[in-house]
Amino acid sequence: MRNEINIKSLLDAVTVPADWVGLREVYESNTPRMIRDGVPVSNGHYSTHGAMVEVLVNGQFGYFGTPDLSQSGIELAAKKAYDQAKAASKYALHHFTDEVRPKNIGRYSSPFEKDLRSISAKELNILLLDAYNNLKVSDKIVSASSLANVIQTNFHYVSSNGSDVEQDFLMLEFDLSATAVDGQNQQTRTFGGMRGTCRQAGMEFLDQMEILAQANKIGEQALELLDADETPTGEMDIVIAPDQMMLQIHESIGHALEVDRILGDERNYAGWSFVKPEDFGKLQYGSKLMNVTFDPTVSSEFASYAYDDGGLKAEREYLIKEGILVRGLGGKESQVRSGIDGVANFRASSWNRAPIDRMANINLEPGDSSFEDIIGSVEKGIYVESNRSWSIDDYRNKFQFGCEYGKLIENGKLTKTIKNPNYRGISNPFWNSLKMVGNGDTNGIYGTPNCGKGEPNQVIRVGHASPLCLFENVQVFGGA
Amino acid sequence: MENKFKNISKVIYSHLKKDELLTLSFTGEESQFIRLNNAKIRQTGLVNDADIHMKMIANGRTCTGSFTLSGNDDVDAKGAGVEIERMRLESTQILEDPYLIIPKGSGSSREIKNSNGLNFEDAVDAILPAIQGVDFVGILSNGKMYRGNSNSLGQEHWFETESFSLDYSLVATNHQMVKGTFAGTDWDQNEYEGYLKQSKKKLELMELSPVKVETGNYKTWFEPAAVSDFISMFSWNGISEASIQQGCSGFGKMRNDNVRLSSKFSMSEDFSSGLVPKFNSDGEVSAEELKIISSGELKNTLISSRTANEYNRTSNFAESGEYLRSPFMEPGSLDHSDVLKQIDKGLYLSNIHYLNWSDNPNGRITGLTRYACFWVENGEIIGPINTMRFDDSFYNYFGDNLLEVGSKTEFIPNTSTYGNREIGGTTCPGILADSFALTL
Repeated sequence: MRNEINIKSLLDAVTVPADWVGLREVYESNTPRMIRDGVPVSNGHYSTHGAMVEVLVNGQFGYFGTPDLSQSGIELAAKKAYDQAKAASKYALHHFTDEVRPKNIGRYSSPFEKDLRSISAKELNILLLDAYNNLKVSDKIVSASSLANVIQTNFHYVSSNGSDVEQDFLMLEFDLSATAVDGQNQQTRTFGGMRGTCRQAGMEFLDQMEILAQANKIGEQALELLDADETPTGEMDIVIAPDQMMLQIHESIGHALEVDRILGDERNYAGWSFVKPEDFGKLQYGSKLMNVTFDPTVSSEFASYAYDDGGLKAEREYLIKEGILVRGLGGKESQVRSGIDGVANFRASSWNRAPIDRMANINLEPGDSSFEDIIGSVEKGIYVESNRSWSIDDYRNKFQFGCEYGKLIENGKLTKTIKNPNYRGISNPFWNSLKMVGNGDTNGIYGTPNCGKGEPNQVIRVGHASPLCLFENVQVFGGA
Repeated sequence: MENKFKNISKVIYSHLKKDELLTLSFTGEESQFIRLNNAKIRQTGLVNDADIHMKMIANGRTCTGSFTLSGNDDVDAKGAGVEIERMRLESTQILEDPYLIIPKGSGSSREIKNSNGLNFEDAVDAILPAIQGVDFVGILSNGKMYRGNSNSLGQEHWFETESFSLDYSLVATNHQMVKGTFAGTDWDQNEYEGYLKQSKKKLELMELSPVKVETGNYKTWFEPAAVSDFISMFSWNGISEASIQQGCSGFGKMRNDNVRLSSKFSMSEDFSSGLVPKFNSDGEVSAEELKIISSGELKNTLISSRTANEYNRTSNFAESGEYLRSPFMEPGSLDHSDVLKQIDKGLYLSNIHYLNWSDNPNGRITGLTRYACFWVENGEIIGPINTMRFDDSFYNYFGDNLLEVGSKTEFIPNTSTYGNREIGGTTCPGILADSFALTL
């Protein structure tokens, strides 16, 4: 149950002599339901509700995140935030003004047709059980699960310089997973890899026929992998499906372009970046086929919104155009600190964390090659789907990814299924080896609910859309 | 906070009907965060948080819920009532749970650790002056943390601690870095400044000319912080009994094929330090020590009561996620002063970064070198290395390739703050491996 408050009245009641005051209320509920191995393992409803009071004193921001939404609670929080900011201001890294909290008034509601009440707990349990039954195609499937998590979020941000932004989100995370085992040969197949299937959508997203068909396919592919050949080792072409491209974009473009990383804020945790401030407008990040956008306007993508948590209006911008780096992922604070053109990406995970530079939807724009054109162009290589392992260094250079499912490509045709497909490379040369980009028909929209960053740590939702892509001369290898 | 938890618990239990069982768990904190970059303050603030998690068993079903406690008794009581009603209704709709964990009504505990910590208002002046003149980046996390548990049969647990953690990196002019974590419960300004001096001294080593290392296999010393990262991987598709049963554990070879690690490798889940509560979110209390691997042999996995019910095992009251809460790896005999001599030619790795399973059934883990990592020749440090990717199996470096284990353990605090500040950490020594594979 949500405790309804009047956030504007609470802001009006704040009396500290700060240069600027902001109040950001967040209510969020997660309703996960999961069936594993034929029995329910999760039927929950988890909510969080609180507000972050932020004040600007002598050019230094200070904050207090509190669940006490009474007038006295907010007043106390403002006073404590004020004291924090004042004490810190003599060591401020940068002296800000309220320019970095621009005035905006507006609303956003994510698109949906059917709300959470349109499907009962019973109906959803039965749908997930049916999906499990379709995943369990053989006794060699030792474990299988189906999961739906419905997320409802409301942000309301008001500030002393007149901002009033309210945003409502209805989101879904959906996953199917089957693990097949034969001795030490363990193979797991999922619906898009690592919770990749996540969208802003209503319950219309839970299409029964589609779910059951996908569950059957996932179970069959897990079995198929048990008998598959090991992935060959060597340097060869690799065709990457959108549900793996998603993480390739995330790790080797998204994080590398966060301006707070480039400015060194993350050096003690997530790391720095191989991108330097002077690279913007010059660096050949990838081949000329590479066009990457920050696009919070894509309907139903996981991280669409109208304003960031500093009140900046969110708009589509090119980050990389025809392979050249043109813009960074930096909100107003980073833009002022660095002078680098940025975007509206100053985001916080909840009411108890301060905003920092985050990805939203970072998409690789489609090219003009069909699926057949791409596969047909490869003499010897592999095709891979769905992430299962990811790792990249603190400068976002040396990456290694593992995928769930692969196929050999021989003489322009997909041939044998292969297991344990892995590949590794270095971000900048890798993106310059991008040889073909699929057209809109090959495009897939995915995302991740678990992007971690920041001190204190924050997990945030991001979206990634990508077509099928071909990279040449990549180090490929298998398991054991 | 304790009273807050007790009061809301009473209200919640008063809503229950006959044949309904309820377990409550509580997570709270009063924290200060000061984020630093280039020895200046990037962001600073305070967070008060208090969440109550509810697990109801009714009609043969398990329903769960949670909400944030506002501190306003009326608001919280109303919220709790609504949540109970929601779970009660849902217990008539959802599928039956054949593996119910029925709460028990005994074994209450109360542990409050008072300390002389760092006052919030003193933190800036305590931390900042000593770091001027060096490129310092990191975070101070400071304040009280609370964990509670109770159930409708009268069991009650409370754990309260106050701690600070200054987790930081010092950055040399060539961008090489040194990692430090000054953490504890009682603040001592002299100890802090001494610790920082040691870090600055290490930083001088990073100014040596970097050494370009090629891919290949090298004799390697791992400092305790690096070993703790490897051990943390055991909590993710490793030591969990459910993971083994569900075919997604790297421990399958030990369980099913009797593969052993080195006789020099022993580790346990050890709560004797008292840094984390022994009770789990179901209120069950673990033994003070549980042997996990003894002299290379898998002795126990972590088994939650649900897993025990499902797979006909005996619970050792692991947390439902079956992860390590207080891991301890036993020391060996290699004195730290002999480490460089024993390496002779190879790698000295202080920290590693971004680990992931690259071949889980075979125990293969990939990741990267980070911070103070050096090339050693003739038993002397030659210089810091370039960042290298590794990809090797723990069955090798904790197995046949394990030459020596360090004679001293270190406590590596858990500095994670996702959602809330974590408590505890890993206690382990360093290790010397005969071979370790660098791949990129």
